[in-house]
Amino acid sequence: MVLAEELAKQQRSISVAEFFEKNKHLLGFDSPTRGVITTIKEAVDNSLDACEEAQVLPDIFISIRKVSNEVFRIIVEDNGPGIVPAQVPFVFGKLLYGSRFHQIRQTRGQQGIGISAAVLYAQLTSGVPTIVISRTGAKESAHRFEIQIRIETNEPDIIAAGPFEWDRTHGTRVQIEFRSTMAAKKKLLEYLRYTSVVNPHARFRVELDDESFTFERVSQEAIACPVAIQPHPHGIEFGQLKRMVAASDLNLAEFLVESFSRVGKKSAQEICGRAGLNGSRKVRGLSTEDLKKLLAAMQEVAVPAPPATQCLSPIGEELIRRGLEKEFQMDFVAARTRPSSVFSGHSFMVEAAIGYGGRLPAEGNAILLRFANRVPLMYQQGACAITECVTGITWKLYNIPSQGGFPAGPVLILVHVASTNVPFTSESKDAIAGIPEIEKEITLALQDLGRELKNFVSRRDKSKLAEDRARAVCAIIPEIAEKVSEIVEKPLVDTSPIEGKLMRKMIAKKATREGNVTIELNNYTTQDADVSVYEISPDNAADAVPKADFVSEMDGQFTKVWKIKIPPREVWRVSYSGKGGGILDIRGIEDAKKMVVDLDV
Amino acid sequence: MSKEELEKKSYSALLRIASAWYDQMKAGEIPSISLPTRTKFNIEFDDASEVWKYGDKESMRTAASAKSATHLLKMAYVIGFIKQQLKENRSSTLREMYYISEGWKRAKFGAQDESNFLIEDLEILSDVPREGFHLHPEENGASIYGPMRIREETRRGMKMIHCQDDVGQAGYTIPNNVENIELVDHDAKFVIAIETGGMYDRLIENGFDEEQHAILVHLKGQPARSTRRMLNKISAAWDLPVLVFTDGDPWSYRIYASVAYGAIKSAHMSELLATPKSQFIGLQPSDIRDYNLPSDKLTEKDQEALKSELTDPRFATDYWRKQINLQIEMNLKSEQQAFAARGLDFVTKKYLPARLSEMGII
Repeated sequence: MVLAEELAKQQRSISVAEFFEKNKHLLGFDSPTRGVITTIKEAVDNSLDACEEAQVLPDIFISIRKVSNEVFRIIVEDNGPGIVPAQVPFVFGKLLYGSRFHQIRQTRGQQGIGISAAVLYAQLTSGVPTIVISRTGAKESAHRFEIQIRIETNEPDIIAAGPFEWDRTHGTRVQIEFRSTMAAKKKLLEYLRYTSVVNPHARFRVELDDESFTFERVSQEAIACPVAIQPHPHGIEFGQLKRMVAASDLNLAEFLVESFSRVGKKSAQEICGRAGLNGSRKVRGLSTEDLKKLLAAMQEVAVPAPPATQCLSPIGEELIRRGLEKEFQMDFVAARTRPSSVFSGHSFMVEAAIGYGGRLPAEGNAILLRFANRVPLMYQQGACAITECVTGITWKLYNIPSQGGFPAGPVLILVHVASTNVPFTSESKDAIAGIPEIEKEITLALQDLGRELKNFVSRRDKSKLAEDRARAVCAIIPEIAEKVSEIVEKPLVDTSPIEGKLMRKMIAKKATREGNVTIELNNYTTQDADVSVYEISPDNAADAVPKADFVSEMDGQFTKVWKIKIPPREVWRVSYSGKGGGILDIRGIEDAKKMVVDLDV
Repeated sequence: MSKEELEKKSYSALLRIASAWYDQMKAGEIPSISLPTRTKFNIEFDDASEVWKYGDKESMRTAASAKSATHLLKMAYVIGFIKQQLKENRSSTLREMYYISEGWKRAKFGAQDESNFLIEDLEILSDVPREGFHLHPEENGASIYGPMRIREETRRGMKMIHCQDDVGQAGYTIPNNVENIELVDHDAKFVIAIETGGMYDRLIENGFDEEQHAILVHLKGQPARSTRRMLNKISAAWDLPVLVFTDGDPWSYRIYASVAYGAIKSAHMSELLATPKSQFIGLQPSDIRDYNLPSDKLTEKDQEALKSELTDPRFATDYWRKQINLQIEMNLKSEQQAFAARGLDFVTKKYLPARLSEMGII
């Protein structure tokens, strides 16, 4: 007893702020380097969410500047709807304060921890209060605040506040100073680049000390803001049910229909019946035992999936492709948006994309871009369900090599999971938990895209093979003929019948010999060919026979065009003095029926 | 075959290849050529000549892809080059030809291996050894020491040489063109071909050649074509037993195999290069056990090589299967000079005489 009393003296409640001070890693502040990224990420998430709600095309400015040896000043400014002055201290100076926690729709931030955690982190490392400027409209004055958090009570500590002259008509600007390093600069730019890929309607301007970067928008349409929906009976937990019941004046049947999505009178009756409760009872009078029975009955009764179209905002296949194409130069991109689906009563939707070739690194592991509700996941790739799905796919089936299950080569994979409740493995929101329903959707999307990529690669290989063959037949065999004729001491054997027999195409050859350029077109098809020969090179071809129908010059490059008609099995030839080089193309005939061979290469 | 006959044969064979291509192209066909597949899965024992030769598996090279067309183009250039060389009675080394190809534009060789391989292809196609193309290898053959006399047609005239009396301590050096040597006479009971220089010197120092009437041949590791051709010539002309004495490891058994049966790379020349009557004297895996020789553990590569030899048709005899399996089981290998552990005279006074009488040579 004595011991218990002793212990009781030490037992007291802990403030959330105090708890997080001791558990910084839970929020993504485990190291100073990571702190920068987490802070910017939280501020940018808030800005994008706010702009979305206000239907504004986001214009976000980010600046990171070194103020003293180890202290960095981070500024994030947006053109969002602003925050009313009375709310500012709570949004930035109180942990777990937010507008979206109780809403059921897709948002980036959720719990109201992110940005205030950054404020707390700044206060702990540099002691400098966070400065917030916000303006809600042209008619309102802007307000400026200096804010900290009272750690013991988790309440805002306003150091200074007052109206402020600001050139923006609406928006919010946060300025946070803390001890850090710029070791993660590459990762930071990566984060912004990826954010810009999945938010193609936003523009980001970044200043890093003296360097500046812009991630331009490719879509001029503000994305539709997801609408909050009622909770789904399958996705509810006891505590939430208890709170809802306590706030309701309705009877049980009405309560079920009014407060939950997709519950009609019939389902309500079924739930009541299964729980053994009378539908006309006031819900407020239900006991804990009754509620437990009710909850169990709600899980058992079949209710249609929650309406996903309003509460989720997928990026869309077209915009994913455009977003990727703007940031990565690739030969192939395909995207998939899967139909919405449900896990434990929460709507979710999977989107994926695969890119291939171009300037992606040819060696090593594929690039994997993971997103949850349009936010890039930058850490803990190995712990994420997305990674597990990617590794679980037999890439060999799609002719993509893999190393330890992970695809290798010039491949980029993007996976976006959108949900009213993204199941993260921890509060730092770095990795998605392995929910079978979500994993199944990711796998289906990737398999579908894998098939598409395989088709692309095999088509490309086929045309490569045809080109290789053309090169052999049109360029090398004539040389073999020359040498062999010389050895056997007989007249030069003509190899054009081989060409014609093999190719059955329009073959254009260009060769430069002793200061003379010759272009030769062989029509090995069975039809007349009405074509234009386009040649762009530094030669002006003034002495060309026959003369070009059209010549124009740009930056020392001459475009020459000959319009000609070649009957089947006939040859057309032009030659002029020059050095060769440049490009040759034949137009007016389909790609499959022509082959251009540069004999000088 | 005389030198003139050989040249005539190679000239017409090469021209035949070129003419075939000419006719193919004239008929509107893509030029092509077919060659035996050159792997160990395509060598067969020829009962008549008692050597291993390429089997029936052929691969066709058609100039329908850039790679194959370039290969044929290179071959055409080499044929043109050899034709010129034969006409002007010049000769060159493979390395020189590789440098000359610098001027062949698209047909130039990427690496020397490529030109070597191409020459082997031409040997197969024409059934003429490269000497007939006036191409000779870079390195000289190894050395011979023993009671025999030869006559060599050198660039400075005909010379008669006795391989004990007229040579220095290191012996007579086999020239790269053995066709210019005539074997005159000998006073030997057998030929012993030795892998390492150390053992070759040991046998000379101990007077093994005089005592046992032996011709000593230093193989210098994997023997050059001229060394193998010389052994083939001695064996054919004088009908002497040829014994191969190497280290006791899988790589050395391959030296024996290439002397006895020919190398996979040159199976088309086996009749000229292999000495099917040669026998392996040692060092046998069982010797490591019986004489308790100093030894090393086998490496993983050694183990792999031994296992690969078990599937090599050249080692498909009871004797070799027994010895190789024994070695895999013991997991040991020894060098031939390990006999020194039993005294410097042990190898010449005890080991070799014992093995020779066991094999019925003396």
